[in-house]
Amino acid sequence: MPEQGVVREVAFRGGGFAPKTRRRVGLVVFVALIALAEWGTRAGWISALTLPRPSDVLQTFIELYSSGLLFKHLVPSLMRLVVGAAIGVTIGIGTGVLIGLFSYIRSGLVPLIAAIFPIPKIALLPLFVIWFGIGEGSKYALIAFGTFTPTVVATYGAVDNVDRTLIRMGQSFGLTWFSIVRKIVLPGAMPGILSGLRISLAIAIILLVAAEMLGAEYGIGAYILEAGSLYDLERLFVGVIILSVLGVVVSGLIGAAEKRLLNWRV
Amino acid sequence: MKIELADISHRYGDAEVLRDISLSIPDGQIVCIVGPSGCGKSTLLRFIGGLEKPSAGQVLQRGEMPAGCLNPLTYIFQDFALLPWRSVSGNVSLVLEDHGIRGRDATKIIDDVLERTRLTDFAHALPRQLSGGMKQRVAIARALAVNPAVLLMDEPLSALDSQTRELLMDDLIMLWGRQPFTAVYVTHNLAEAVRLGHRIVVLSRRPGCIRKVIDIDKPLAERKPGDHDLDAFQQQLWELMRDEARAADAELINA
Repeated sequence: MPEQGVVREVAFRGGGFAPKTRRRVGLVVFVALIALAEWGTRAGWISALTLPRPSDVLQTFIELYSSGLLFKHLVPSLMRLVVGAAIGVTIGIGTGVLIGLFSYIRSGLVPLIAAIFPIPKIALLPLFVIWFGIGEGSKYALIAFGTFTPTVVATYGAVDNVDRTLIRMGQSFGLTWFSIVRKIVLPGAMPGILSGLRISLAIAIILLVAAEMLGAEYGIGAYILEAGSLYDLERLFVGVIILSVLGVVVSGLIGAAEKRLLNWRV
Repeated sequence: MKIELADISHRYGDAEVLRDISLSIPDGQIVCIVGPSGCGKSTLLRFIGGLEKPSAGQVLQRGEMPAGCLNPLTYIFQDFALLPWRSVSGNVSLVLEDHGIRGRDATKIIDDVLERTRLTDFAHALPRQLSGGMKQRVAIARALAVNPAVLLMDEPLSALDSQTRELLMDDLIMLWGRQPFTAVYVTHNLAEAVRLGHRIVVLSRRPGCIRKVIDIDKPLAERKPGDHDLDAFQQQLWELMRDEARAADAELINA
């Protein structure tokens, strides 16, 4: 070799920064944590007051299921969640699109939304009880109001991000205003709206418990609050886990919707 | 149909962009507009298609629209402007739907334009599956579907690599050969201008005004890459533009 000197391979320094989905890793984390808790409570280095034993929680859940009380709690909760979130999300997307399209509506409503977004909606529960009664009405209103604000913010942000050249294209082909909104703006905003829904619906589940604090005989929230006030940790955990599962199911549903509606994305 | 620009001037706030542009675009010819960057050539094209209003002056259409014309002034954009959520045929059908053309009538038009742009096999593909050249051919097919009187092309080949550009130029020449169309073609690429333009309009740097209009009589079909006559024209254009291009390059953006 005519060249003199040291020969070294060029060190690899690219790669990374591109996380991928690894199947079952999430499940392994869950199982490991539960196994750890089970082991700790059995071995005694976690006291029964600190954390309930996972197998006891399971036992409590089985009792809840076999007594038929599970669905008595779950059905009204799901009803509240679905009705409340549906109202909030529908009005939220509608308002967000209007804010995204019209200058006056934008100038009028954006400060208002910014003002009501940080209000803890739970604080308004007494007000809703006065307005809508102690029954289902105030619960729907609380969940609807809580999902409304994040949906509005996500929606108008998504509408703002729709590629303007596509809108110009629509105009240049003489599409009607309504066609441009329906065929260009809404599909273009859909990715942003759906990722906003992930947040809105998680907030809806949080508010479900708050809504059931007042005057609910049945419901997951009522069940958790009752267990909490009795320091019945097993039942508390059963309730919390039901909420977690609900969250995972909702997130899965949105994921499925994304797969269907956004299959055009790279 | 003829397009006439009468004394068009335009300013954005304090910045004068275009000054006293008068120009006529004859029926069945391709008029290329060239000029250094920032000379307002794309703005001029938006005036012609009614997407923007000039501060002064008028754009006039003269004569009858061709039969079956759905959208007389039709754009082809630099970045294709295809809806990513619609397939190739869906993107073409988009511009027919608002005219109430659906079902069998729409299929007939879509099949015809996809055949003319050699996209028949890709009718159901989504834009993300297509190469840049194919995307622009979809945009051309979409433009042909509305049977335009005038095609307004805004740097249609600038987002493509040079080989694809060559192929698409051949496609455009072939389409024009089959059925001559009227077009305004904005570009900064002088080679494209001398290959495709019957008339080349050279704009000066901001504020853009017409420096020179050059007519090239050689038929499009006989123009080939490396043609000496064309090279001479291209050289002539570059002589006109070189100093302006250099000055434009040294300008601060939005200054």
